[in-house]
Amino acid sequence: MNAPTLRRACRLRTFRGLGIALLAAPLALAAAAQEAGRTPKPTIVIESQQHCIAAPEIMRREHPEMLRHQRVRTVHLGERGTKVSLNACIQCHADRQTGSVIGSDHAFCQGCHSYAAVHIDCFDCHQPSIRPAAARLTLGGAP
Amino acid sequence: MTAPPSRSPSRRALLGAGVAAAAGLALVPGVRLIELARARAPGELASGQVRWGLLIDASRCASGCTACVAACGQENGLDSAIDLRQRPQWIRKVELKQIATGRSVAAPVMCQHCAQPPCVDVCPTGASFQRADGIVLVDRHTCIGCRYCMMACPYKARSFVHEPLAQQKPDVPRGKGCVEGCTLCVHRIDRGQSPACVQACAESENGAMVFGDLNNPESEIVRRLRAQSSAPLRADLALDPGVRYQGV
Repeated sequence: MNAPTLRRACRLRTFRGLGIALLAAPLALAAAAQEAGRTPKPTIVIESQQHCIAAPEIMRREHPEMLRHQRVRTVHLGERGTKVSLNACIQCHADRQTGSVIGSDHAFCQGCHSYAAVHIDCFDCHQPSIRPAAARLTLGGAP
Repeated sequence: MTAPPSRSPSRRALLGAGVAAAAGLALVPGVRLIELARARAPGELASGQVRWGLLIDASRCASGCTACVAACGQENGLDSAIDLRQRPQWIRKVELKQIATGRSVAAPVMCQHCAQPPCVDVCPTGASFQRADGIVLVDRHTCIGCRYCMMACPYKARSFVHEPLAQQKPDVPRGKGCVEGCTLCVHRIDRGQSPACVQACAESENGAMVFGDLNNPESEIVRRLRAQSSAPLRADLALDPGVRYQGV
């Protein structure tokens, strides 16, 4: 192979390499993104990691039904001190800084609800903040 | 060196006795103004065996005293700066004056927790209801704010919330667009306490209010009703209110 031919071959190979790299780059980026979660996720800060009622997968799906069922029993039948209780949820899951489960997209309730674009009606009437520490001590948490 | 202050049972007993005295307020040995409700076990439902009621002795109710009204506002978070005509009012002091004789008498008026409540009859959604233990309540989850109950109530005991609220008490959820009224402090009763107005009245030393179970012949309220004459407000309507008055 003479010198000019060799040079052309090298140049071609370089171009081909560059072409492959250019083609592969978006794919590689896509793969990397998929590993890190390309779908945006809610950025909630979960203060309490305990499973007081059920596993998170169940709670995520079932909590509206649980609360709706219990509110009828509490208001109409006077059932108190049950595991499912909005006030008990708030006591554990309220943001440590703000003391509330709403008010920012990192807050426990609002974080997910604003992500899922589901309006929370609960806090139109219910207090979203934890009780003052003194009151919590005497009441022992959930009413 | 002196011994550290002892946290012995005696000190606790003393504290406990103080609390019990404040809550029970034994004026005469064996007579308690406040019949303490029994706290129910978790998950236990309100009992139909019980009917909660109040006895208000107007002759002991001081005309200038509004301790019960203030306590109600504090307990239920009723602070509002809205126009008086729109301000929620769960309990109010009423002063009556007989024109012929000039005799005047004062008494608090709140939801009378009728056995035959007109507010429940007219409610189109079932939001206005009566609990098994006789307490008449509004389920705000189903209340549409139509205010039929306000019109039906002969005691003007219900209010409508006209303004958005933010500082609700955790035990007393309230919100704009719903009708509300005295709950007989249902959250306190379920914990075994008496209503805030009754406690405040006892602490004010007027002791004009007695709370208790109308179905229990041994309760203080029934003993008083048996011994002395009393009447419900607007007895002619035959609504059988759970709140009875003396000396009106």
